[in-house]
Amino acid sequence: MEAIGTVLLAMLAGSLRVSTPFLFVSLGECLTEKSGRINLGNEGVLVLGAMVAYATSYETGSPWAGVAAAAVAGLLLGGLHGAICSLARVNDVAMGIAIMLAGTGIAFFLGKPYVQPSATLLTGIPFGFWSDNAQVRNALSVCPLFLLGIAAAIALHWCFNATRVGLRVRIVGDSQDAALALGLPIDRTRFLATACGSALAGIGGAFLSLYYPGSWNEGLSSGQGLMAVALVVFSRWNPINCIYASLLFGAAGALGPSLQTVGITWGYYLFYAAPYIFTLVVLIITARGGRSLRGMPGQLSIGR
Amino acid sequence: MSTTTTVTTAPASAPVQVGDQWYPIRRTAEALLAPIAALAGAAILFSIFLLCLGASPADFLDLVWRGAFGSWFSIQNTVQRAAPLLLTALCVAIPGQLGLVIIGGEAAVVLGGLAATVAALPLINTSPIIVWAAMAIAGSAMGAFWVGISGWLRAKLNVNEVIASLVLSYIGLALFNHFVEGLLRDPASLNKPSTYGIGDENMLDTVPWLDVHPGLPIGILACLICWVLIYRTSFGFASRVTGGNIRAAQLQGLPVTKLILLACAIGGGCAGLAGAIEVAAEYGRSNASLNAGYGYTGILIAFLARFNPLAIMPMAILLGGLGAAGGLLQRRMGLPDATIQVLQGLIFVSILASDTLYGRFRWFQPRGGA
Amino acid sequence: MSLTPPISTTLSRRRLLQGTAGAAGLAAMGLTSEQARAAKDLTVGFIYVGPKDDYGYNQAHAEAAAMLKKMPGIKIVEEEKVPETDDVSKTMESMIKLDGATLLFPTSFGYFDPYMLKMAAKYKDIQFRHCGGLWQKDKHPMNTGSYFGYIGMCQYLNGIAAAHATKTKKIGFIAAKPIPQVLINVNSFALGARSVDPTITTSVIFTGEWSMPVKEAEATNSLIGQGIDVVTCHVDGPKVIMETAERRGIYSCGYHADQSKLAPKGYLTGAEWNWITVYKQYIADAQAGKPLPNFTRGGLAEGFVKMSAFGPALSEAGRKNVTAVKAEIMKGGYSVFKGPLKDNKGNVVVPAGKAYPETAIELESCNYLVEGVVGSTS
Repeated sequence: MEAIGTVLLAMLAGSLRVSTPFLFVSLGECLTEKSGRINLGNEGVLVLGAMVAYATSYETGSPWAGVAAAAVAGLLLGGLHGAICSLARVNDVAMGIAIMLAGTGIAFFLGKPYVQPSATLLTGIPFGFWSDNAQVRNALSVCPLFLLGIAAAIALHWCFNATRVGLRVRIVGDSQDAALALGLPIDRTRFLATACGSALAGIGGAFLSLYYPGSWNEGLSSGQGLMAVALVVFSRWNPINCIYASLLFGAAGALGPSLQTVGITWGYYLFYAAPYIFTLVVLIITARGGRSLRGMPGQLSIGR
Repeated sequence: MSTTTTVTTAPASAPVQVGDQWYPIRRTAEALLAPIAALAGAAILFSIFLLCLGASPADFLDLVWRGAFGSWFSIQNTVQRAAPLLLTALCVAIPGQLGLVIIGGEAAVVLGGLAATVAALPLINTSPIIVWAAMAIAGSAMGAFWVGISGWLRAKLNVNEVIASLVLSYIGLALFNHFVEGLLRDPASLNKPSTYGIGDENMLDTVPWLDVHPGLPIGILACLICWVLIYRTSFGFASRVTGGNIRAAQLQGLPVTKLILLACAIGGGCAGLAGAIEVAAEYGRSNASLNAGYGYTGILIAFLARFNPLAIMPMAILLGGLGAAGGLLQRRMGLPDATIQVLQGLIFVSILASDTLYGRFRWFQPRGGA
Repeated sequence: MSLTPPISTTLSRRRLLQGTAGAAGLAAMGLTSEQARAAKDLTVGFIYVGPKDDYGYNQAHAEAAAMLKKMPGIKIVEEEKVPETDDVSKTMESMIKLDGATLLFPTSFGYFDPYMLKMAAKYKDIQFRHCGGLWQKDKHPMNTGSYFGYIGMCQYLNGIAAAHATKTKKIGFIAAKPIPQVLINVNSFALGARSVDPTITTSVIFTGEWSMPVKEAEATNSLIGQGIDVVTCHVDGPKVIMETAERRGIYSCGYHADQSKLAPKGYLTGAEWNWITVYKQYIADAQAGKPLPNFTRGGLAEGFVKMSAFGPALSEAGRKNVTAVKAEIMKGGYSVFKGPLKDNKGNVVVPAGKAYPETAIELESCNYLVEGVVGSTS
């Protein structure tokens, strides 16, 4: 029984640790997809953001400058994706894969000199100050970026539901005809939504290199940027749900190592695959044969 | 009309005007010139990138040429790398005809290789022909099954195939590792966990005289067969019609579910076969070496080839050649290994962006009436 | 043209425009000039499976290669991030044919079979030496060979240092895969700690991958969550593990290379490779025209492996203990695996009266975790 408790506690702590990049990328992806476009390139944005953040923090000594630089890098790479996809007949899924490749390539190329040095990292906010227990203190030491991510989710949710800008993005994403009838600038809206979405993804990268695991190297991302696309599907294009989806996904990822610490080593590859199995199961359970998913923007190419 | 672009291959053959007998030639010229212009654009961008870093683009091109095509050894090196990519590109290109984007070819390769090994093991003392047949069947069947799952989920439950195939590729790799390092492990494979071997006498030899990977002729054959399948059969025609718009195809009474399943199975079968060939020609057993990223590179090639099986061949040679030259760049110019990745990214971005050039220039369009 | 330096070839526009035949011819000319040069200088090729700056396995080799570069009469060619697929055969062949290399060091374990063996059969005049200790006289060609170091002894010393630092009596090991080379290290670490205090337990986590920083950081945090206060590892790049341990305020013991810079407070000591000893020996033989040894192994005494300098966190008692045992090991014949020894399921793995020194063949197929290790091998 004690073992189960330990595993659950480890999963909780793990989900707080690893969920932030998923949260940022899925929020960014959510924004982009709401405008009717998909961006698989956010994996490349994540990696580039991580590199730029680390390098900037190392050069300037300020991790927050690193976070800002990562957002700018994301904005630029996402802007490139958005601009090229505005051209007629360019496929957004394929272009996303191209951006992913280009982004990681540039990050690896330019990031070589920053693999060895140690940059200044972000420090956690000690919400566990009241406790004498080091474990509790550590578990409750929360990265400011995580809180920023939650704030961004709430802001995005409010924006979609209660503001003019949000409504416009939704109309552009849901019905091209309606957008045309209303005279909305479709390409510009999508361009901006893609660029801003990638800026968020870039901040997710900054979390990886400046907080956890807090180091820059070429193996840093293990597909978080791609999985975020799946997370958006099962959060039903709702930014608040993105928070829950990221936390759940993070918890599933912590299952493998925490089982091993209590001595369960058998089948560790399968336990490590738990988040993916979990994602697949959720996709299947929530699927509706033959019909589009509730909440899915009508113009999304993957929803055809 | 929606501007949401569908994953189209070559522009659907526009109705040819009577009397415009030169249109097919101009259309071909357009299909060749657009990617060539894109490659030139990528080369210029990359040269600027190199100049910014103080490296010489001329040296770079010279080394790429030498490493990829400059000698018989370099050509062998290039086609060797291209061989498995032909089949993994088909894994993306065939479902691509229907507008599906399958990015899970990697798992089909490794599981195909594993299934081929398992099928071969009880037969190793019969004859190599039987072993190869069993491996080919088991490998393709496994690949077909694995990618078929994504197709089935898409056709029956409307689960998006991009995400399903991505997630399934992670799960497939986990299963592969689990079995290779557990149940199917040869206890004698101490420090590099592997399955039992299929035996030297059952290994595929290199192609006589050329000394290249046997996957090359098989891959070329597969590309030719798939081209016929897509452009000369009713299955191919129905698939391409569906690729334009799944709902419209359903309304026209096309068996969309069947088409999706079949296309995914054929594509997955190709990737599984690639895994089986790697085992039979290179490793002789299944281990982590099978997970070499061929499935991922196949995605790039399929998109660069605009899902046309004939165009897959030159694109696989292009990427194979870049891979072959990568080492020389590291050793002679001191450039990091990511250089090739930057170049690939630029090529990929510019070729995809060049899709917008189609139909922009009057000269390439049908003449006469309308 | 024949004076074209092999590194950073100068190139005129005319050469570029010469087209297929011309370029092929030029490549051939370049080849001969490079081979002529190779007759004077010894060209040595190093191939790494990961990045050269991983603070770990590959860096340990690359640092030695960098030292060799400064020696006269040798040219070093290097390629990093070469996967254990047919790519490495092509890299070796490319180094032989295009760079004129005559001595190759493919440093990753998985390069040996079938890739290096295939190339060795094809190029009988070229010498191949592989890191990993797989060469067997009756099975493998004479132009190949292997070298390896007994680093398990250093992990045993790491264990002793860990035992002096731990307060919770729980220490941790993050391992890539449950294979003999790794299991020897895990067991040695655990036995070293238990030689000081038999109540100490060692928790092991397998990540399943040689290099996967997020998983390694997660594993470190998981271990710390269990109350572990000293950690070491066997993965290709220990950087993230050492940094995470330092940030969480626990102690660490290094592996592969010196990681004391990454954990200035908590780094106790570390098990390091010292490949320069091996490479210098090979190159001296090659330059003198002597045949290269086929099978080379060595431990602390031979200088194949070494310990990091003690970190400030290791107590005086701990330093004395480690130094004393190290001196014993240097004398030779020291056994870490001594009977009676049970595995963590209660089976006897080393019978009473038996002892396996570092050279013992029995250790090469080690597939168990000793008593006191929490975890299992499958």
